Amino acid sequence: MTTLPLAANNHRLEFVLRLADNCLILSQRLGEWCGHGPELEEDMALTNIALDLNGQAQNWLEYGSELEGEQRTPDMLAFLRDAGEFRNCLLLEQPNQDFAYTTARQFYFDTWHNLVLTDLLNSTDQRIREISEKSLKEVRYHLRHSSGWVIRLGDGTDESNRRMQKAIDDLWGYTGELLTSDAIDDTICAERIGPDLTKIRTDWLTAVQAVLTDATLQVPESGWMHTGGKQGIHTEALGYLLAEMQFLQRAYPGAQW
Amino acid sequence: MTDWPLWEIFIRSQNGLSHKHVGSLHAADAKMAIENARDVYARRNEGISIWVVRSTDLYASDPSDKETFFDPAKNKIYRHPTFYTVPPEVKHL
Repeated sequence: MTTLPLAANNHRLEFVLRLADNCLILSQRLGEWCGHGPELEEDMALTNIALDLNGQAQNWLEYGSELEGEQRTPDMLAFLRDAGEFRNCLLLEQPNQDFAYTTARQFYFDTWHNLVLTDLLNSTDQRIREISEKSLKEVRYHLRHSSGWVIRLGDGTDESNRRMQKAIDDLWGYTGELLTSDAIDDTICAERIGPDLTKIRTDWLTAVQAVLTDATLQVPESGWMHTGGKQGIHTEALGYLLAEMQFLQRAYPGAQW
Repeated sequence: MTDWPLWEIFIRSQNGLSHKHVGSLHAADAKMAIENARDVYARRNEGISIWVVRSTDLYASDPSDKETFFDPAKNKIYRHPTFYTVPPEVKHL
């Protein structure tokens, strides 16, 4: 093992890694569309968003590395941590499946990301404020793009409506984790470093319902939710994703180009 | 999605310049065309404004009209304001 254990008591570091890993893992997933997009134009849009998120992950990981006392570089955090050390929510590691699933995953996340980053503009942590401000301009566009597609596909043909609804339903169970606080989120909120997830939940539901209604889609009923990603307990999907993402650095340690 | 119509994309790179044709792309409607243009043609900081026009709405001069249309202008040098003597007091002309 070349990795060091994360400091479990450092809630600020944990919080930053959650933000970083959400961006990094979704970026990697979106990158899988490169060359396979349904249209050349959409291929470009998905990979542009992937690159935006990759840049955001880099900013967060730089801060994470500093909070860790620079034991590991941002690259080491990205490429040399094992699945159990990743702190992304389970939604982001779910496979692309088809364009409807990719769109539903993106829409759920973008809506959340936009609300959280907006809240983080008032963080007591200056670095978090700065990174959020920079990210937010990009994320507003991501949200516009994914909402647009939810509406087009939902309010499109019978087939596109059916497939979009299925993706919205199937991924719904992965949204609870984004909106439910654990001990770390509670401390982060108490110290005004990050948002109160109870409030984010209310705003998220309102925003999601508005778009789904526009899209003539049914809002899924709340029910049992998957959890664990934020604590490092992931679905099997993450292992395969990391195997591809980390292969080069694992096989050729320190390789550069 | 192969039946998406084609759009011509015009981008203004900075204030004061006019929109310039940069290429074309497919999109279902104008809103999508603008967003696609942003991703395809303005992702490297090329623009501050985008126009999109359905390709079918553009009418072009016929290349075979070239002689009739443009050649006569070549030998009418009096249409260029080159025969005036500019007074030395006039600056910035």
